[in-house]
Amino acid sequence: MKNKNVDVAVIGAGPAGLAAAISAKEHGANNVIVIDRNSWLGGILPQCIHDGFGVEETGISMTGPEYAEKYIKMAEKQNIQILTETMVLKLSKDEEIIAVNKKGLYKIKANSIILAMGCREKTRWNIMIPGSRPSGIYTAGVAQAFINLYNIMPGKNVVILGSGDVGLIIARRLKFEGANVLGVIEILPYASGLPRNVVQCLDDYDIPLYLNHTITYIKGNERLEQVNIAQVDKDFNVVPGTEKKIDCDTLLLSLGLIPENELSNEIGIEIDMITGGPIVNQQMETSINGIFACGNCLQVYDTVDTLSIDAKKAGENAAINSKYKNDSLLKIKIIPCKNIRYVVPQIINQPGFVTFTLRVEKPKENVIFKVLSGEQTIFQKKIRWVNPANMLRVDFEITNDIIKSCKSLEVSIDDQ
Amino acid sequence: MTNEEEITCIVCPIGCKILLKKSENKIKILKGYKCKRGIEYAKNEALNPHRMLTTSVKVKNGDWPLVSVKSSKPIPKEKIFVVLNQVKKKYVNAPINLGDIIIKNISQTGINIVATKTIKKN
Amino acid sequence: MKNFQVAIIGGGVIGSAIAWELSKYKVDVVVFEKGTDVASGTSKANSGVVHSGINSSPGSLKARFCVKGNEMLQDLSKNLGFNLKWIGKYVIAKNQNEVKELNQLIRIGEKNKVPDLKIIDGSEVIKKEPNVSCYKALWVPTAGIMLPYEFNIVLAETAAVNNVKFMLETKVTGLKKKKDFFDIKTNNGDFFSKIVINAAGLNCRDIVSMVEEPDFNIFPCRGEYLVLDKNYSSIINSMIYPVPVKELGVLGVHITPTIEGNILLGPSAEFIDDSKDKITTKNMMNILVEEAKQIIPKLPDKAVINAYSGIRCKLASEKSGGWADYRIEESKMIDGMINLIGIESPGLTSAPAIAKEIKRIISKFLVLDKKNRYNWNKNGKKRFVDMSYKEQNDLIKKDLRWGRIVCRCEHITEAEIINALSNPLGAKSLSSVRYRVRAGMGRCQGGFCTQHIIRIMEEQFDMKINDIKLKSPQSYMFDKRTRERNNEK
Repeated sequence: MKNKNVDVAVIGAGPAGLAAAISAKEHGANNVIVIDRNSWLGGILPQCIHDGFGVEETGISMTGPEYAEKYIKMAEKQNIQILTETMVLKLSKDEEIIAVNKKGLYKIKANSIILAMGCREKTRWNIMIPGSRPSGIYTAGVAQAFINLYNIMPGKNVVILGSGDVGLIIARRLKFEGANVLGVIEILPYASGLPRNVVQCLDDYDIPLYLNHTITYIKGNERLEQVNIAQVDKDFNVVPGTEKKIDCDTLLLSLGLIPENELSNEIGIEIDMITGGPIVNQQMETSINGIFACGNCLQVYDTVDTLSIDAKKAGENAAINSKYKNDSLLKIKIIPCKNIRYVVPQIINQPGFVTFTLRVEKPKENVIFKVLSGEQTIFQKKIRWVNPANMLRVDFEITNDIIKSCKSLEVSIDDQ
Repeated sequence: MTNEEEITCIVCPIGCKILLKKSENKIKILKGYKCKRGIEYAKNEALNPHRMLTTSVKVKNGDWPLVSVKSSKPIPKEKIFVVLNQVKKKYVNAPINLGDIIIKNISQTGINIVATKTIKKN
Repeated sequence: MKNFQVAIIGGGVIGSAIAWELSKYKVDVVVFEKGTDVASGTSKANSGVVHSGINSSPGSLKARFCVKGNEMLQDLSKNLGFNLKWIGKYVIAKNQNEVKELNQLIRIGEKNKVPDLKIIDGSEVIKKEPNVSCYKALWVPTAGIMLPYEFNIVLAETAAVNNVKFMLETKVTGLKKKKDFFDIKTNNGDFFSKIVINAAGLNCRDIVSMVEEPDFNIFPCRGEYLVLDKNYSSIINSMIYPVPVKELGVLGVHITPTIEGNILLGPSAEFIDDSKDKITTKNMMNILVEEAKQIIPKLPDKAVINAYSGIRCKLASEKSGGWADYRIEESKMIDGMINLIGIESPGLTSAPAIAKEIKRIISKFLVLDKKNRYNWNKNGKKRFVDMSYKEQNDLIKKDLRWGRIVCRCEHITEAEIINALSNPLGAKSLSSVRYRVRAGMGRCQGGFCTQHIIRIMEEQFDMKINDIKLKSPQSYMFDKRTRERNNEK
């Protein structure tokens, strides 16, 4: 067993892990190590060859690989130790990591650990589509890896289920590579990806977008042959008589992302059932002291820019924690209320400025974001337009008064 | 002949819906934008739409079989497939550095196809 | 080689068990399997239950082979090296009326010599199974679980390393009895054999039709299953079955823990027209969840990570009650043809006992000389995750591919993937890997490992993209290259 002692260990070298590691180094952690299961760095970014990354952060629209390269170079400059093709097998509560790669097993003792494992994709069985189980069905991310990294085209006549950004981007990519994209099927009455992607990926290429539709049946003896689609009503029930058959050989599923928290679950880190990620305080620390979380394993982000901001915070706090453990027992709960699906962080433990990141349940216009302590509204902010697909960020000051008098705070979205 | 057109801006993730009036080759922006870039984009989009192109080029003797590339500038929308066909025929030898020009002045557009990734030699 | 002494049609659990039994003797055996791997049909798509014999009519072949097979399996699991857990079964009764059914089962069990059966009170059941409420239950300790495909594969691979020839993707298209041998036509050429064993499962009638007029019909009956996430594995410890639904002659919706820690709901039972119709239906999926929740109210809705279906080869129609005994017999008209017809539940359990019976029949035709040496093929079966740190480190030093984890959910290494693809049957589909090492069967359902397994297929086994299959001969996974290689000059 190879033993290592570090100040901060980061699990995952995607954009979150890299940003967090660099930030940890910048904030005084001497010995920082990043562990990633792939042979490359950048996580999902190297296969995201489209642009649109880093616009808010840098003003320039970069492709995924370029954005990754920027952070990889920074990490190298900072002399951060990097272990690739290394899988973390086990985490223990006292910040010990067991990992393995082709050189053997490692036991890494860290003062702080940052979880940045990213997420995995929802599969067909998460929504239980009936029918046969032929080849030719892939999640969109896997198809993207095959097309862009491994030089393999999954099929010729493609249907895409889900109009999130992943689905839209892959629609265009397939079109560019000569595939026949028969349509994007979306259960909601609006596309769930960014409007710019609907324009650049569907409108530009006349790819049909079937809103208020879902796939009701998959047919194919050995390889996929056909899917049935049908319209749904406002309660997402199939409208009888609207079924349509589409002949195809490939079905790509862009059903949503699930934060990857196997390791977190194994050591009993408290998970927020709605976000799918760890419950964290304003330092981005989980329910286990010294273990922090950031990136898509904490909550699914819309843009890498905002993900990086929060990841840097996690890195900073991990570095501070590696030197001075925060033993504050204070735990003020932030409770999502009216029209708010979730809010991160879920716990406040000291005064200072906090950025709440949250998602709403339903799209609405002209609303007020409120922070309440019991009956009293202690903060409010007008917002023109909110939408579940767009994460909201609201800065808020936790005053000493709040620390002294509140056990919990509620956040809500009301009509103006 | 004046035409009113609604354009979704693609410069940043917000995606403002900009309403404009088009008469012959003159554009008047009516409403919907939130910043200057939006006005600029809407004008271009109505008269002479351009798009950034991102795709892959075959690599020989590299760590990976493909290198991701982009157009150095947005290319005229009507030339996208012509450019793509040119890109598909090309191959490059590893090593490739991020920023390397893979194809210069593709399809007489004056625009280059540039590597967005570094690929080491196998 | 074209001439054999025994040709087995079908590489399912029955055909493979027979092949394995015969591989102990100096006999030339070939197995024709039309799928891309063994266990392509019903043999992989069942509950993996080792039955005790309480459900089989006393005096029937089903009862006889089930009880005998059950006895043989404990030693077999050690000798062959496959997982088998005797977790036992509770058949639960909701009320006094249903207790009559339990008593009936005990009577059958006793006639079939099933040991240690007893009826216990609901209050006792709750102590062992806190999530199951019932009035009374029948406790069956000799019921167990295995991984059906693992058993089938290990039988076939052990037979193969002991010189049984397996021909995959080989479909028998014609059969003719000549004077004292059979002329067998397949899509991979013609073969000759003295004896033919028809273990073709759902296709058994097609094979019989090649040489004589069948005196039976097949009534395919589909069973759908749902697989629940391992997170819920602690919900039950033993199998939980409701009292049998008499009319259909099938067991009803069960809740079965699996060897790997998942929970199976099912099977359903639906008579269908097409024996190839292995679909899963929305209707059944909902019914399975609903019925399971009646037995275990705590069962969550969103725990499903996979669904599959298998088709029972029934010899009796739904109208007639759906129950018929096995037909394991020499053809009356065609000398040397042995037919195994209607092998449905408890087929998995019965397999080793049926194989012994077939050997007995064959010994009338051939002299069966036992081999002096036998290769039990036990090497390299231990999983990386089951090893100690020292064992893991030592292995990695010898071969660094043990240090590359390819399957995130189950921690399977590259070396194990390579071993799986190097199997003695020559099966190289993505499913062949999954069924041998479980990669791709975890929570993410192949989201991480699929690309790595494909990379290994290309790099280490020189497989062409256009040839890579998911599970069956035409289930191609890809279309072509994004950029063709012949651009290179």
